Amino acid sequence: MSVLVFVEMGDGAFKKTAFEAVSYSRELADMLGTQVVAVAIGKGIDGSELGKYGAQKVRILPCSDSFTADAHGRMLHNLVHESGASIVVISNTYTGKSLAPRLAQLMDASLASNVVSLPTISGGFVVKRSVFSGKAFAYVHLLKDKKVIAITPNSFDIKYHDGIATVEESTMNTEISKTTIDSVNKVSGKIVLTEAEVVVSGGRGLKGPENWHLIEDLAAVLGAATACSKPVSDMGWRPHSEHVGQTGITIKPNLYIAVGISGAIQHLAGVSASKVIVAINKDPEAPFFRAADYGIVGDAFEILPQLIEASKKYT
Amino acid sequence: MKILVCISVVPDTTTKITFIENNTQLNLAGVQYILNPYDELAITRGLDIAEANGGNLSIVHVGPVESEPVIRKALSMGADQAIRIDALATDSQFVAEEIAKIAGEFDLILTGRESIDYNGGAVCGLLGALLEIPSINVVTRIDYADGIFTFDRDIDGGRETIRCAGKCVASAQKDLCEPRIPTMRGIMAARSKPLQIIAPQGNGNFSTYSNYELPPSKTGVKLIAAHEAGKLIDLLKNEAKII
Ligand SMILES: Cc1cc2nc3c(=O)[nH]c(=O)nc-3n(C[C@H](O)[C@H](O)[C@H](O)COP(=O)(O)OP(=O)(O)OC[C@H]3O[C@@H](n4cnc5c(N)ncnc54)[C@H](O)[C@@H]3O)c2cc1C
Ligand SMILES: Nc1ncnc2c1ncn2[C@@H]1O[C@H](COP(=O)(O)O)[C@@H](O)[C@H]1O
Repeated sequence: MSVLVFVEMGDGAFKKTAFEAVSYSRELADMLGTQVVAVAIGKGIDGSELGKYGAQKVRILPCSDSFTADAHGRMLHNLVHESGASIVVISNTYTGKSLAPRLAQLMDASLASNVVSLPTISGGFVVKRSVFSGKAFAYVHLLKDKKVIAITPNSFDIKYHDGIATVEESTMNTEISKTTIDSVNKVSGKIVLTEAEVVVSGGRGLKGPENWHLIEDLAAVLGAATACSKPVSDMGWRPHSEHVGQTGITIKPNLYIAVGISGAIQHLAGVSASKVIVAINKDPEAPFFRAADYGIVGDAFEILPQLIEASKKYT
Repeated sequence: MKILVCISVVPDTTTKITFIENNTQLNLAGVQYILNPYDELAITRGLDIAEANGGNLSIVHVGPVESEPVIRKALSMGADQAIRIDALATDSQFVAEEIAKIAGEFDLILTGRESIDYNGGAVCGLLGALLEIPSINVVTRIDYADGIFTFDRDIDGGRETIRCAGKCVASAQKDLCEPRIPTMRGIMAARSKPLQIIAPQGNGNFSTYSNYELPPSKTGVKLIAAHEAGKLIDLLKNEAKII
């Protein structure tokens, strides 16, 4: 009845979300008095590193990591079956989101996505998840014996353990997908918005795409991802994948810096879970100031260069 | 070609979320319900494909009679008929099990990326597993030619192109298309389009929502003068200890 955690790779190494998921799983396994089995899919992976984050066993499935939900769902299910796991932990990334429901169905498990904290287990298995795109949280009882929990990136701190994981390559057969991936376009080295710890975001106040170098420069010195408001992506100033809010991406970074964004309710929904919020706006009445921890009232074109300069001091 | 689009009915995006009954229920007073924005995209693109291939598009919704105005809106966009499964949806898994029972005959099933109320993002993948067909999440393009569906989908840090010959389910992401606006003719026609009501089987018992909580409200903003904006970075470093 162990806890199985699916860990994701990016650019040939484990992602930060993988360490979060393993740390989370270890704490959960300790609560339940059981062990953590981490599973990674891909060739040439050294899984021993996961011991540092609390994994006791690591299983590597050395097949192509070209991801398809149907085949990977079945392979993961085979591993769950083999290890006798009753709980699966997955990061709520795009990959995790396409995998978790398929796996839950195959396992006949209860599914919870957008989970933001460890469950409580006295009086039923209850998880806390964000709902209404971050406008609220809900406590949900998971009723089935088996559970699939998809945790929101940046919701759980990485914790270190001094254990050593036993690593084993699985000899399990590769499952064949009914789909074919024709091409994959990944920007390597770029910080992924949904997983970023710091996000610098621009709104219509930036006036046009030609000014985005200011947002990008600040993001670069802070090691941040870039985001934008809906009208900015609607007008094609920025790609839609940067659009945050109720009808875009919901994010939960440690720091969200909003520049020239008014702070409409639909925008705030997607970002209000951020730990610290900074609003920069020339209008002192902008609603964003009511949702912010720090604010600067002024012209973005004068303020951003100062912030870029000041940040360079620390890097 | 037979296409099925699953729709959810959600509070309008401007809704200020509050709870009643000791935080156990959403406060429904004054809440306006709308068609889930991602589902509008699924319907729009589904219609394009149906129209180009001599197909037919059905809507399915799991929900109470109060949802019917929104189902009519979906019909007014151009869908041919609708099915309402008469049950209160408790979670994505309940919804998917109910829909799976009627979905077997369709060539393409579309959902939204997520419903903007409970944000499960799960119905697409659940249907795929239930029907044992591929599920393609967060698609920004759907094309169809010679029996093959081609999708672009968002992945972590990029985008991929994926192909499927045969039945599949996909979830619509922003960028797929601009939603169709119902015409006056469409609205008139929707009134007499078939809306079938079927009873739920309702055996799924996956989760229950017990209570809710609002995020802690901010204690007040600390303002920094514009001419010394650089101080913000010091505060983030030394006071908030966040960078
Ligand atoms: C169904 C629906 C769903 C929606 N979903 C989303 C969503 O998911 N995400 C989202 O973001 N929006 C969403 N919106 C739109 C939302 O209501 C707002 O219209 C939008 O967030 C406003 O974007 P903005 O703040 O960039 O632009 P504006 O509202 O135009 O604000 C620009 C701000 O910049 C400031 N400004 C101007 N010049 C400067 C300067 N030189 N320096 C500093 N500040 C300056 C102005 O004072 C103003 O506050 C949705 C709307 C609807 C109807
Ligand atoms: N009650 C429902 N009836 C029909 N389809 C639904 C329902 N709830 C969700 N869906 C579909 O599933 C998608 C994702 O929903 P969810 O998994 O709840 O976030 C939605 O965009 C709809 O297409």
